[in-house]
Amino acid sequence: MSTMSPVPQKDEGGASFYGYIRPDGKIGTRNYVLVIPSVGCSQGAASAIVRGIKNAVYLPNVLGCGQVGEDRLIVKKTLAGFGINPNVYGVLVVGNGCEHLSAEELANEIRSSGKPVEVLVIQEVGGTRKTIREGRRLIKEMVDRASKQRREPAPLEALIVGTECGGSDYTSGLASNPAVGVASNMLIDRGATVILSETPELIGAEHILAARAKTPHVAKRIFEVVEWWERKALEAGQNIRESNPSPGNIEGGITTLEEKSLGCIYKGGTGTVEEVIPYASIPSKKGLVYMDTPAHDIEQLTGMAAGGAQVILFTTGRGTPVGSPIVPVIKITGNKDLFRKMRDNIDLDVSTILSGKESVTEAGERIFKEVIAVASGKPTKAERLNQRDFCIFKMYMNI
Amino acid sequence: MTPFKPLSVMKKGKAVIIDERDNVATAVTTLEKGSVVSVNVGGKEEIITIKERIPGGHKFAIYDIDWGQPLIKYGEIMGLSKTSIKRGEHVHVHNVTSPSKR
Repeated sequence: MSTMSPVPQKDEGGASFYGYIRPDGKIGTRNYVLVIPSVGCSQGAASAIVRGIKNAVYLPNVLGCGQVGEDRLIVKKTLAGFGINPNVYGVLVVGNGCEHLSAEELANEIRSSGKPVEVLVIQEVGGTRKTIREGRRLIKEMVDRASKQRREPAPLEALIVGTECGGSDYTSGLASNPAVGVASNMLIDRGATVILSETPELIGAEHILAARAKTPHVAKRIFEVVEWWERKALEAGQNIRESNPSPGNIEGGITTLEEKSLGCIYKGGTGTVEEVIPYASIPSKKGLVYMDTPAHDIEQLTGMAAGGAQVILFTTGRGTPVGSPIVPVIKITGNKDLFRKMRDNIDLDVSTILSGKESVTEAGERIFKEVIAVASGKPTKAERLNQRDFCIFKMYMNI
Repeated sequence: MTPFKPLSVMKKGKAVIIDERDNVATAVTTLEKGSVVSVNVGGKEEIITIKERIPGGHKFAIYDIDWGQPLIKYGEIMGLSKTSIKRGEHVHVHNVTSPSKR
């Protein structure tokens, strides 16, 4: 019998990281205890439950009641996805009692991952104070147990890395997005999964991405998701295809819609698109996966975190403080002035590509190394600032 | 002895090429007519004389491009040339058409 050590070599070109192994075999880059309010009404109690307890966080969720149609499913899937995300050790679901989305139903979805899940319902427990007291007791116990778990070596195949851009400027398409594309290719070559998303930004380059689809079905899905967003925007009076590139874009040097969208989709690298998944869905394939999300920064971030992303790469030119409750978000800019101005928000400066000090490939390798370091525990700027944004995408009004 | 400096006006780090298949480069700062830039195309150095003023963020051709040919940026077709474009000339809406306009 083979006695090969399961411990990966540390310097195999960074083919491994150190993470927390979960009961379902998935591997976390963080070890949070998460409090999920299943409805906006219990958000106040949830925030009081985690106050001052290290490694306990809550989701500032305002939905869970009053949604219609598909929105009900999206809300449940997103909240459950956060609980299932391997960056979470265990979960406390706090309900109010009369909401559409029952706390117990949500807890059962999360229990499928084998994690510890507790439930408190304010109307049953008997008010906010009792719920907070009981909740804090449960959470402290869970944090105690979580703190006994140690990081272990893990292969990069266990990683799902989300990509995103927001507050873009001319440096995004020239420096930070291409460099993230190089890092995406490196991650995919080593077996990881990379999520590309934000469909409104794909319009105009869909035929290019579809040409890289694994199967005709995947190509068809790419055209379908673009068509959906275009049609929805038209219903609201906005023609995305005709209004882009904008006069400002053209003045800045962007010539065609293809060029504008290519600058965005290059974040995912140049690999084959293995599948197209709906918002907040967990990828079923390794490699490059397309998730249909809005371009709205926090809704997109939330969708990828619910889909199991353990690290997110976020490029910006004008600067953004955005972070996730449970996923480390690495901010990357190609704008040197921005890096100087917002040093407490931005993790990596790749303006070196524009000054000729570094090639796109070298900057991409630097981002790849940062992914490994952050996956193994290095805190990001957004984590240091305790920036934990959360917003669920939905299609209809609340009733 | 005075060192031989034929490329003293050559500007490094003034333009960026994203993918080695690209036939356009993007100016990082405004490039004046007659300036000489060095761009790295997949590890190979291309030295290009700028034929007209290129504002920062705008593109110029790395090679001579015939009429109706694809313009490649990010290794993909970002447009088609409406005229023939010479190496070092501005590449923008005046000489590029978008295949996606419908």
